[in-house]
Amino acid sequence: TGNPPYPTDDPALGTTIMAVVYDGGVVMGADSRTSAGSYIANRAADKITLVHDSIFVCRSGSAADTQALTDYLKLYLGMHSLDLEEAPSVQTAAHLINQLLYSNKNHLMAGMIVAGWDKRNGPSVFNIPLGGGVIPELYSIGGSGSSYIYGYVDANFKKNMTKEEAQTFVKNAVSLAIARDGSSGGLIRTVTISADGVERELVLGDKLPKIGFGQ
Amino acid sequence: MSSIGTGYDLFATTFSPDGRVFQVEYATKAVENSGTAIGLRVKDGVVLGVEKLILSKMLVEGSNRRIHTIDKHAGLVFAGLSADARQLVNRSRDEASNYRTTYGSDVPAQVLANRVASFTHAHTLYWSLRPFGASVLMGVYDADGPQLYCVEPSGSCYNYFGCAVGKGKQAAKVEIEKLDLANMTARQAVVEVAKIIYSVHDEVKDKAFELELSWVCDESNRRHQLVPKDLLQEAEKQAKEALQEDMDDE
Repeated sequence: TGNPPYPTDDPALGTTIMAVVYDGGVVMGADSRTSAGSYIANRAADKITLVHDSIFVCRSGSAADTQALTDYLKLYLGMHSLDLEEAPSVQTAAHLINQLLYSNKNHLMAGMIVAGWDKRNGPSVFNIPLGGGVIPELYSIGGSGSSYIYGYVDANFKKNMTKEEAQTFVKNAVSLAIARDGSSGGLIRTVTISADGVERELVLGDKLPKIGFGQ
Repeated sequence: MSSIGTGYDLFATTFSPDGRVFQVEYATKAVENSGTAIGLRVKDGVVLGVEKLILSKMLVEGSNRRIHTIDKHAGLVFAGLSADARQLVNRSRDEASNYRTTYGSDVPAQVLANRVASFTHAHTLYWSLRPFGASVLMGVYDADGPQLYCVEPSGSCYNYFGCAVGKGKQAAKVEIEKLDLANMTARQAVVEVAKIIYSVHDEVKDKAFELELSWVCDESNRRHQLVPKDLLQEAEKQAKEALQEDMDDE
């Protein structure tokens, strides 16, 4: 009837996601809250999904839709790399997922950031918003929490940061977004991708960087 | 003249007792009756050329193209039945275009060649279809550099430094093997292709012919295009001179 005691909303990734190019690689970051209405279905979600060895996707929007999309993308990229006899480029991954998203835009709610490293182009970040379209950027933010940190990232991004600078930048930005966005929260996951490989990091909820708010 | 299949040559779906598919072999004969087409892969590009035999003085010069652009970085030249080749050209263009739409970048040479080869091969698998009576030489300049592929009616697809198909292919291959392709530029290769085509052209059996040349190289900004008119004329002049020298030597 009217207000059943179980969640009836589709699980959504309220979310703050971002990806940043630094000198030699990319750092991707995300919060970890999956909500179904006001119920937090998963407080330690992994929103940064592997689709190939050095290509990852940050997911925001419907959890089901984005998981299905990244599953397809992983399959298609795997098959494609057999044809190419080498790893596909990040650009290829971005355009492939855009095809899926744009063709089915009426049935999907998914905003994604595709980022990674490939031999020919080095590090790349591509933003794929709700209706489709592929936007290459040096830094990209997405999800409901991103609205609160546009000013922060625009003011603090620098080209050719070091890996550590970029990781700090991402953790700070996501932390600020979590502080203001009810749909974002939990812990901060980061994935750093470069020619040397992939590094995953975790910042627990009680160890979030203390920045802003007069601290 | 040639061996008769006697019953094993009716359909592409039948092997002969000695393991041959006659329909595919017959298709290859159609290719061998056509004017010679040559492809050379050199240091900075790929050059394609063809001996376009003129069957009638009423044909408009420059028409009945044998060289086609598939995508901005890819072109092909064919030998064999032109109507069959037209299908391959259209299919290549579709594949290249779909690749770009799906993956957002130029189709790599290997992928394009394999797709055309799969398509050609598929037509050797069913009794209701006949194999294509055309061989195709594809010149593609992708991110790995210039590459030359040859797709035959059987569906086989190989990567070459130099290749020839059609009437004078044996003689042309002999000439190609003498060249130092690794250290040649596309500009030099254009002249070499012209020379070879002029030298394998049979003045007795075939009358006039038109030379069609194209390249995709650094000088053309990695775009496939017919060779510029002045270079074409220069190449023809040098080819005729070389032929004259050979005749004088005799």
